[in-house]
Amino acid sequence: MSEPSPKDPAPAEDAESEPRPGRVRKPIGWSTIIIAALVAVSAGLVWRRDGTDGVLEILTHDLSLFGGILPRVLAGCLLGAFISEILPHEKVSRALGPKSGLKGLLIGTAFGAILPGGPFTAYPVASALLAVGADFGATIAMVVSWTLIGYGRAVAWEIPIMGTDFTLWRIVISLPLPVLAGALGRFVYVRLYPKPATKDDEN
Amino acid sequence: MSAALLIDILLWGSVFGVGLIAFRRGPPVFKASLREGSMDFVNIVPRIALGVIGSGYIAAIIPQEVISGWLGPDSGWLGVATAVVAGAATPGGPVIGFSIGTVALKSGGGVPQVVAYVVAWALFAFQRVILWEIPFMPARFVWFRCAVSVPFPFVAAAIAMLIGKP
Repeated sequence: MSEPSPKDPAPAEDAESEPRPGRVRKPIGWSTIIIAALVAVSAGLVWRRDGTDGVLEILTHDLSLFGGILPRVLAGCLLGAFISEILPHEKVSRALGPKSGLKGLLIGTAFGAILPGGPFTAYPVASALLAVGADFGATIAMVVSWTLIGYGRAVAWEIPIMGTDFTLWRIVISLPLPVLAGALGRFVYVRLYPKPATKDDEN
Repeated sequence: MSAALLIDILLWGSVFGVGLIAFRRGPPVFKASLREGSMDFVNIVPRIALGVIGSGYIAAIIPQEVISGWLGPDSGWLGVATAVVAGAATPGGPVIGFSIGTVALKSGGGVPQVVAYVVAWALFAFQRVILWEIPFMPARFVWFRCAVSVPFPFVAAAIAMLIGKP
């Protein structure tokens, strides 16, 4: 995505006055409530089984994990914000929008495969792409590609634990899946929501 | 460890790269996206905290042996379907998911079943969907993506059956 778009330099004032497609910030939603309840019940069960020591042991371990992840979450949020700011809306709609065809799915797949980092990068960036005009199909291709053929998790976890042979073989098997998932997503989306494209056509 | 460091360098290098592009569009653009990104971060931290700190408890009460038991050597499509459910139900992070896959391989689980398990885990492990994907993305997109992804662990298993072992 490091395409500096030399032919339309987008003067600063212009870029600033342009209404930014803001991302939705949900308050504490039902998914948070469900997970909180799940955590509370699990912690209660751990306490009944292992006592206070067991609860504290998991807590300290996960707190240190959380501390390690925080900077990466910040990096992911910044990456998403910068990308949604610098990618021109019309170009993204053309390259990754509903009418982008197989090429759009391939671009989404390539993008997901080269994206560095973990879930803390992939989801903010995917959300930014949706906000600047990518359709569900291309975004699905990107997310599925990141999770199945992206090198981040493979290098950090899968190769050390499952071995190089299995991992490479599994990635080869997964190669066609992001494009297929994106195509299926587009196919279903158009039939579920027959008239969504017109709203996004004006920039 | 070095792999994690490399990924951190790539990650912050990308942030720096796109930040530089934004800066060259003018300081207001740069500041606006910096503010936007920081606000996203502040909003997301409580949910990530809940998820990361809580996931240890969820992982502790779902014993790994139960899940690797589901991946037993019974091959065929029923085994694949079980593997898909097991992948979706696996709590915890990548260490747990891949370890279960490895245990299943070593204890005689079928290769297509283990592939289906790993792919299903990657596509829709419930914990990642709830903790990471839903906080960052529109919920409508997340459910749609998960529904659309359901056939693909089966496709991966079919390809694995066709082309054979690694």
